[in-house]
Amino acid sequence: MDKFTTHTGSVAPLRRSNVDTDQIIPAVYLKRVTKTGFEDGLFAEWREDEKFLLNQPEYRSATILVTGTEFGTGSSREHAVWALKDYGFKAVIAPRFGDIFRGNSLKNGLLTVELPEAAVEELWLRAELHPEAETTVDLEACEVRAGDRTWGFEFDEFLRWRMMEGLDDVALTLRDEDKIAGFESNRDAWRPRTLPAQV
Amino acid sequence: MSPTPHESEGTAPRTLAQKVWDAHTVRTGGQQPDLLYIDLHLLHEVTSPQAFDGLRVAGRKVRRTDLTIATEDHNTPTDNLFTIADPTSRKQIETLRANCEEFGVRIHSLGDENQGVVHVVGPQLGLTQPGMTVVCGDSHTSTHGAFGSIAFGIGTSEVEHVLATQTLPQAKPKYMAVTVNGSLPEGVSAKDLILKIISITGTGGGKGHIVEYRGQAIEELSMEGRMTVCNMSIEWGAKAGMIAPDEKTAAYVKGRPHAPQGEDWDAAVAYWQTLKTDEGAVFDKEIVIDAASLSPFVTWGTNPGQGVELSGTVPAPEDFEDPIARTTAAGALEYMGLEAGTPMREIGVDVVFLGSCTNGRIEDLRTAAEVIKGRKVAETVNMMVVPGSAKVREQAIAEGLDKVFIDAGADWRFAGCSMCLGMNPDQLTPGQRAASTSNRNFEGRQGKGGRTHLVSPAVAAATAVTGHLASPADL
Repeated sequence: MDKFTTHTGSVAPLRRSNVDTDQIIPAVYLKRVTKTGFEDGLFAEWREDEKFLLNQPEYRSATILVTGTEFGTGSSREHAVWALKDYGFKAVIAPRFGDIFRGNSLKNGLLTVELPEAAVEELWLRAELHPEAETTVDLEACEVRAGDRTWGFEFDEFLRWRMMEGLDDVALTLRDEDKIAGFESNRDAWRPRTLPAQV
Repeated sequence: MSPTPHESEGTAPRTLAQKVWDAHTVRTGGQQPDLLYIDLHLLHEVTSPQAFDGLRVAGRKVRRTDLTIATEDHNTPTDNLFTIADPTSRKQIETLRANCEEFGVRIHSLGDENQGVVHVVGPQLGLTQPGMTVVCGDSHTSTHGAFGSIAFGIGTSEVEHVLATQTLPQAKPKYMAVTVNGSLPEGVSAKDLILKIISITGTGGGKGHIVEYRGQAIEELSMEGRMTVCNMSIEWGAKAGMIAPDEKTAAYVKGRPHAPQGEDWDAAVAYWQTLKTDEGAVFDKEIVIDAASLSPFVTWGTNPGQGVELSGTVPAPEDFEDPIARTTAAGALEYMGLEAGTPMREIGVDVVFLGSCTNGRIEDLRTAAEVIKGRKVAETVNMMVVPGSAKVREQAIAEGLDKVFIDAGADWRFAGCSMCLGMNPDQLTPGQRAASTSNRNFEGRQGKGGRTHLVSPAVAAATAVTGHLASPADL
């Protein structure tokens, strides 16, 4: 995973809430067997509308998406995160995220930050008035900075460390392989097994 | 017998979910999240290819092929068992087959009697049992919570993690109870109940919580009804939904291919009987609902929380106090092509979809068949009936349900996710309106530009007959 410490870029102000993962990337785009190449699917249906935010030239190079609450609810598709990354987003800011989406984002180096609605509103207004204005998302300091404004955010200490180090969960877990083996040796014998197959 | 983890816990009162959680912690405490052991890992073609790739790159194996099983469902056609016309869909299915072969994972492919929607297949094989941890790269994994298991959807990175380690790091959840007192009135189903719950909580109300559904109305539900309720836990943002196992649960599992047998059965049942929330256990939050006040419930908008009684009308954005809800409602009405104030019963539909992991089991087909028997699907409606698995289809045929649907003019299909999500050939066309027994009415979910009303199987069948949203009582 890519390390994430801090990122500075311009903001795309997506004034929508309840953006589920079907909106982020419709199911028809989930057929690839690779982890990349999903940028075409990002907000695919909305992008057909020429008035849609990401079709405006001033937001084309935005790398921070600021959106309404309940972003990424619904389907578990990690493709939603891959699509945002492939398109060029490095961070997403919203008052609240769907749990599975949030977990997926942090495993792929896409920083998702929860800020209160008032802060999101300010960031929207600012990006609408000054699309080129830069915003910094600083994971080290747990701060979002825009102009003379600074908002702190909460972030789980373990997840923050993992993201800043760019560590892979599997390798971390395998450090406790002995504990896993110990647990397995104590499992109840009646617990079901898929093999050999009984049909 | 050596002591098992669940016997070594202390005496402080615990919730059902805490008991199952505690029995599966490989590692707890310290700065890292708990490490949970996973009892059953279900795979399908869409969320697994990149996970297998990750294993290959790192030179890792599947740690426990005997706790892993795959089937094909999201991409599969439902008009035939052999020809996947779309090359990218075919490639995804072929990739799953090749991965299962290479890594030694059991797979039920198209044409196999145990192929079908992954959340129908697990319980059908008796692989889903009480007190387990079940995961799958699919948000509707919460279905399996109906057995008193902690079951939740995961992303592809987590699929790879479970394949490699049979565990998952998980932050400790919060615990919530949804208590449904009294009995559901005649004609009100599990689907109506869960749609009502989501309309109260909104799509984010359950965030971070494992929810235990309990109370008389929940106890009175069949196992399949309980699966419908738990299935849609994710639609109000819950981490998982679960229901304490009881005699109905044991009776449902007993005799299935992977059910414990002999002494194992006795040991398993003895454990299952401990799986209930202790007197005095504390939930972080509780919602109480009076079942007697419920009636058939349907959605009008573009998220599952935007629902209303079938007897009600399409709301106006001004009806919502919260400014965000107001804006969302306005957008939803526009997408859905609906006028505020329209009685729900006057909304005509083009398509009725009966199926999915929410309502594609045998009881759902029976309920709908009973309504539609001797009647005809309206000429303006295309009704699609898609059994949740090949086995459900077989059973329906044995009971003559296929004839009921075919005689009524419905389209009787093969098993799969079908029109629940637009990634196989079964899709709405732009502007088409559907009454659907599935779980999501998101924009474009059932096909680009398609408009979805979520309904119960009984309402779906009555709607197919009348051509507009209706309940069996209207026929």
